[in-house]
Amino acid sequence: MNALAAIGRFTLGGVYHLGRCGVFLCTMLAVISHAWRRFALVVRQLYFAGVMTLLITLVAGLFVGMVLSLQGYYTLVNYGGESALGLLVALSLTRELGPVLAAVLFTGRAGSAITAEIGLMKATDQLAAMEMMATDPVARVVVPRFVAGVLAVPILTLLFNVVGVLGGYYVGTVQLGVDSGVYWASMQNGVDVFEDIGNGIIKSFVFGFVVSWIMVFEGCDTEPTAEGISRATTRTVVVGSLSVLGLDYILTALMYGGIS
Amino acid sequence: MPHSPHNPARPADTLVSVDNVSFGYGPRTILSGLDMQITRGSVVVVMGPSGCGKSTLLGLIGGRLAASEGRVFFDGGDVAALRRRELFALRKRMGMLFQSSALLTDLSVFDNVAFPLREHCGLPESLVRNLVLMKLHMVGLRGARDLRPAELSGGMARRVALARAIALDPELILYDEPFAGLDPVSLGVTLKLIRELNDALRLTSVVVTHDVDEGCRIADYMYLLGRGTIIGHGAPQEMLHSGDPEVAQFMQGMPDGPVPFHYPAPDYRAELLDAGGARS
Ligand SMILES: Nc1ncnc2c1ncn2[C@@H]1O[C@H](COP(=O)(O)OP(=O)(O)O)[C@@H](O)[C@H]1O
Ligand SMILES: [Mg+2]
Repeated sequence: MNALAAIGRFTLGGVYHLGRCGVFLCTMLAVISHAWRRFALVVRQLYFAGVMTLLITLVAGLFVGMVLSLQGYYTLVNYGGESALGLLVALSLTRELGPVLAAVLFTGRAGSAITAEIGLMKATDQLAAMEMMATDPVARVVVPRFVAGVLAVPILTLLFNVVGVLGGYYVGTVQLGVDSGVYWASMQNGVDVFEDIGNGIIKSFVFGFVVSWIMVFEGCDTEPTAEGISRATTRTVVVGSLSVLGLDYILTALMYGGIS
Repeated sequence: MPHSPHNPARPADTLVSVDNVSFGYGPRTILSGLDMQITRGSVVVVMGPSGCGKSTLLGLIGGRLAASEGRVFFDGGDVAALRRRELFALRKRMGMLFQSSALLTDLSVFDNVAFPLREHCGLPESLVRNLVLMKLHMVGLRGARDLRPAELSGGMARRVALARAIALDPELILYDEPFAGLDPVSLGVTLKLIRELNDALRLTSVVVTHDVDEGCRIADYMYLLGRGTIIGHGAPQEMLHSGDPEVAQFMQGMPDGPVPFHYPAPDYRAELLDAGGARS
């Protein structure tokens, strides 16, 4: 009976959390126009998010591109297909790995930091103080961070992909001896601007939206204590990363078929 | 606010009146049946033990919380009946000093004080600068304008927060525990500032505190909270010499009295004798 009650409470708690999350999105979208009116704040947040995430994104992109090239080569060479190495690297990155990994890295680095920042502002009454100064904290604090996050993830994805392709190029041509012209040509012939790059960009916008939503919601929903903040930060990383992976499957299925 | 309901019993010089207000977080009632009148120009001190709902009361006056019963009137208008835009207009007429100072940590002292001016007034930057320097001068921190909140001592942070609270020239200031955790000098400065600002700027001040000495030194009128309601009110001298045992216990800081020393517990003797048998 106790176990049943616990399951019930857990479910109710989850539904309640989800509901608040949805209501929060509505309050935020209601004042989203402040992103334009306070564009300087968005740029500032974009700068901070960029500074935080840029280096790890570039390093991760480089290594992922290199390892893709390495693994792809050893598989392709069995069929004499190493001339398609460039295509393999580029498609893997633009369709899947770029959007997913850039969003996950953003969640871990900037998302957790922003959740903690907003949570701390709440715990130290800064948000309440703004409200008492007749400034809406959602418009002033939350919206700029959210919009910056939505914009940052696609930009980071783009950089991830570029660095990944270059890393793949280095391993494929310099180390494994694939012809450099062939590497680029296969990519140029095989990658479709809308089908591959376009869908990748759509994905990264969706991931950016969801991850940014989660990070600002968890920040605002923080229980205003030290443990509350640490729990909210963890939740941002776990829920954010899992959402990205889950959504990636759904989006891939929708975009490229696979589910009929 | 022509449509807001008016409080008929309100004397003309009352700025804030709390009318039979009850409030609880969820099912737990914190305040019940509260009645208070805050006269224009006065310093009203609300005292009570920690956790009795003093901050909650300030939340109700500032419109951040809505009473479950009763009403709070500010200058004749029902605070809880306002729409968001009207509430924000009202809040420009009140300043609040939080216990934690609540300075915005990513802004300098100057920008903190300038924050409400930049948000609401649309003044040219040169004028904002002069206003900010004036406010900072009033609290004696003009020289600290380039510091970051993290570099300030507790007392200084509170003074900056005070300068910020008076930036928009409000009519009412709400102070939440302004004396908590201050050294004697900062305490003296804070007491002096609350009184001087109140008189010089013709403000009305509501000070929430559990410090009896400081409360009595500064108050024109006092309310004592206990058991979720008002257990006594009057001028400081009346309160100090009150015959009411509950009021006397708090004002004189006696460890035992109507508020017992012991948290409710089963019989001591029985519990000790029992412990040998049943260890849990
Ligand atoms: N947001 C909240 N949710 C639930 N309970 C709260 C909340 N804020 C305060 N309380 C409870 O209400 C009571 C009064 O709190 P508060 O007004 O902060 O007291 P005081 O300022 O007099 O110390 C306390 O027992 C506190 O635990
Ligand atoms: Mg308090």
